[in-house]
Amino acid sequence: MDGANSAGRQETDAPAIELVGISKAFGPVQANKDISISVAKGAIHGIIGENGAGKSTLMSILYGFYKADAGEIYISGQKTEIPDSQAAISAGIGMVFQHFKLIENFSVVENIILGAEDGPMLKDSLGKARESLKSLAKEYELNVDPDALIEDLSVGHQQRVEILKALYRKADILILDEPTGVLTPAEADHLFRILRNLKKEGKTIILITHKLREIMDITDTVSVMRRGEMTSTVNTVDTSPEDLAERMVGRKVLLSVDKKPATIGDTVLKIENLRVIDEAGVERVKGISLEVRAGEILGVAGVSGNGQSELLAVLGGYMNATGSISVNGVPIDLTGRESDGQSRRARGIAHVPEDRQTEGLIMDFMAWEDIVFGYHHDPAFQKNRWLMDNAAIRADAEGKMERFDVRPPHPNLQAKNFSGGNQQKIVLAREIERNPDLLLVGQPTRGVDIGAIEFIHKQIVDLRDQGKAILLVSVELEEIMSLADRIAVMFDGHIMGERIPAETDERDLGLLMAGVNEQQGAA
Amino acid sequence: MNAMPRWADIILVPFINLILAFFVAGLVVLAIGENPFDMIYFMVKGALGSTSGIGFTLYYATNYIFTGLAVAVAFHARLFNIGGEGQAGIAGIGVAIVLLAFDWPHWTIAMPFAIIGGAAFGALWAAIPGYLQAKRGSHIVVTTIMFNFIGAALLGYLLNGILKNPDLQNAESRAFPTGAHLPTFHEMLAPLGIEFSKSAPANVSFIFALICAVAVYFLLWRTRLGYEIRSFGHNERAATYAGISSVKVIIVAMLISGGLAGMLAINVVMGEQERLIASFVEGAGFVGIAVALMGRSHPFGIVLAALLFGMLNQGGFELLWEMPAISKEMVLVIQALSILFTGALDNMVRVPLERMFLRMKKGAA
Repeated sequence: MDGANSAGRQETDAPAIELVGISKAFGPVQANKDISISVAKGAIHGIIGENGAGKSTLMSILYGFYKADAGEIYISGQKTEIPDSQAAISAGIGMVFQHFKLIENFSVVENIILGAEDGPMLKDSLGKARESLKSLAKEYELNVDPDALIEDLSVGHQQRVEILKALYRKADILILDEPTGVLTPAEADHLFRILRNLKKEGKTIILITHKLREIMDITDTVSVMRRGEMTSTVNTVDTSPEDLAERMVGRKVLLSVDKKPATIGDTVLKIENLRVIDEAGVERVKGISLEVRAGEILGVAGVSGNGQSELLAVLGGYMNATGSISVNGVPIDLTGRESDGQSRRARGIAHVPEDRQTEGLIMDFMAWEDIVFGYHHDPAFQKNRWLMDNAAIRADAEGKMERFDVRPPHPNLQAKNFSGGNQQKIVLAREIERNPDLLLVGQPTRGVDIGAIEFIHKQIVDLRDQGKAILLVSVELEEIMSLADRIAVMFDGHIMGERIPAETDERDLGLLMAGVNEQQGAA
Repeated sequence: MNAMPRWADIILVPFINLILAFFVAGLVVLAIGENPFDMIYFMVKGALGSTSGIGFTLYYATNYIFTGLAVAVAFHARLFNIGGEGQAGIAGIGVAIVLLAFDWPHWTIAMPFAIIGGAAFGALWAAIPGYLQAKRGSHIVVTTIMFNFIGAALLGYLLNGILKNPDLQNAESRAFPTGAHLPTFHEMLAPLGIEFSKSAPANVSFIFALICAVAVYFLLWRTRLGYEIRSFGHNERAATYAGISSVKVIIVAMLISGGLAGMLAINVVMGEQERLIASFVEGAGFVGIAVALMGRSHPFGIVLAALLFGMLNQGGFELLWEMPAISKEMVLVIQALSILFTGALDNMVRVPLERMFLRMKKGAA
């Protein structure tokens, strides 16, 4: 860690990358505070931390998006200034973002040479890129069709294109930001194989993730960040998930969900032969039937994009469908005037949507305005025929924020100024405190820090124990396994099978998620 | 989490912007060999130096408040209504029809009906693009621009046809009945013993404009409808999730927007011209866009911005008169610089100022 001496070392011994005393503040917020790490050549180094711990800021500094207020960066022992991403690329740093930066209607090679063309005419560059793609594919198991359009590729393949882009630019240090968030277990395994191959060839990899298991699986060393500081760096073999979680949060964390056996009542939600065709005319849900009973959590597992979102949208009242759905034995409209969010709420259906930032909240609204969102027709919130009772709404919001431990507890703060976990608590407070018969929950802990996950899971289980029906959609298998009383797996708009958590494992569910049902033979 | 105190945000930033704008405008004036201080002096004197100047300033400001509010209401639903020009023009027809229909005994009776007539016509002219956007996805910017042309053509056609005063050569309607005359500032202030210029066209519509600004504030921040409009404007997907009908929000917001734009006709057609002429809007519909942007789509900001634009407009006319070396185009340059600095280059001042306040806060903490 003694950066001052590193310049004098032999270049081959020098760490691939070394940060010394990096600090960065955004206004009053100290995003990075005196951070020093050093990653050896050919190592896979993990960085974990809760949302807002400063991981992304640190990586943005490394990639030249932000300029550090203080501190130095050494690449292979050489002090390096990184004022922009071009400088990062020429220093041999490649970055794979969580949200891919690809042009959808360009082919793979076109995306790869973008910004790295050799001259005004593309022909030579394209030919050269095609050649090097071939050799890269062989070397690292990075197979993609060079002429396929990005929009036709699966998410896993798109990610490979991002990695290829970095390698084509001669990256020696590869930074991956939450790379498995969008992948199936099998795709994630393949990615890890690729990463191991890269490591074998001497590439250095920095992996940013919040999934403790991945850290344990693949990294050599791991650094934990908390509140802008690098609190510890350890060898992965010397630590455990529990230990890492504690280092991240600063206190002991319950990684499993503590719940009683379910007391199951009558059927609340009954879905029969539901079909959904989206605006583009693609059939997204292909005739599924499901039941959710009072006092149980039905978990819907599956890789994202297999019809779960459409299922939630139909139940939430903002997508048309055919088939039949009844709540407490009374059918609900699936098209027409009586099929919208308002009438669903009137029928006792509450909905925590998958994406709180684009659906669940208005980010520019203040917390108190968001906490009445969707329920703004409630007579309790009206002063008279014309005006809303803002004072009553604010008072109501204060109570809800306190009971759901939203921090900071300021109703006048805009939603965008809360952390992901606290934003999610605002949505949950709004929906759960309505005391619904049926709660729809999509990705309740996506992008939420570990401390808040514990709290959110507890709220959902509490609602179940009050005898409510809960439909949980999540792409996190671990979450489904620990929360659900029954698991249905969706693939390509079908329900591939139902399982009881105690009688299944990740491999079994993983196969169902990939469209293979071993119990009934291939589907 | 605001970096700056509110007063700095609302008063200080626009003020510095304006100083910068006049500094650059001053350089331009200097470049053509004129004295920039004379320029500023004549503009300010022209706009505020006499009750006549103030009266014209307020008259223009009234128009800009109406069109600024119209743009702002649509903008809160993320609809860019560029059709204020056409909506105001069509509203003039509504106002004229109402006022020509009866021999109105008194303005207090005539004005509410004229408001209804103007609002209805303006709203209708905005509702068609609104409907096309909501139901057909035709982009509102394109349709409202087209409707400006259709509106102007329709107005011209009617003024050369059934609305034309047969006794005159010009394309204009008959004069409205004298009972429909709106009190000017001169008439309103005389009983209070205040001498106000007789020639200034500012009239009771200015007060109506202020009432409209307050009403828009209540609409947007106190009513359910306003809540739905703002929700939809910030995030359409979230609004759908909450069960807010996009069709309803788009059409209702455009109705209100068009109605407000139409109120310009009350000020100009009923208050000043007292008959319908073809080109009475004179670009105020477009100025409304700049006013709404500068006023940050908030009624209070819009009133302030409208007053500023009224001053620039009136001061500009006086400048032409007082400094013959300054051409009409040069006045436009000066006005455009003000818009450029206060609107488009806002962050140039805002960001460093925010940093300064943060540093001060840190120093104090």
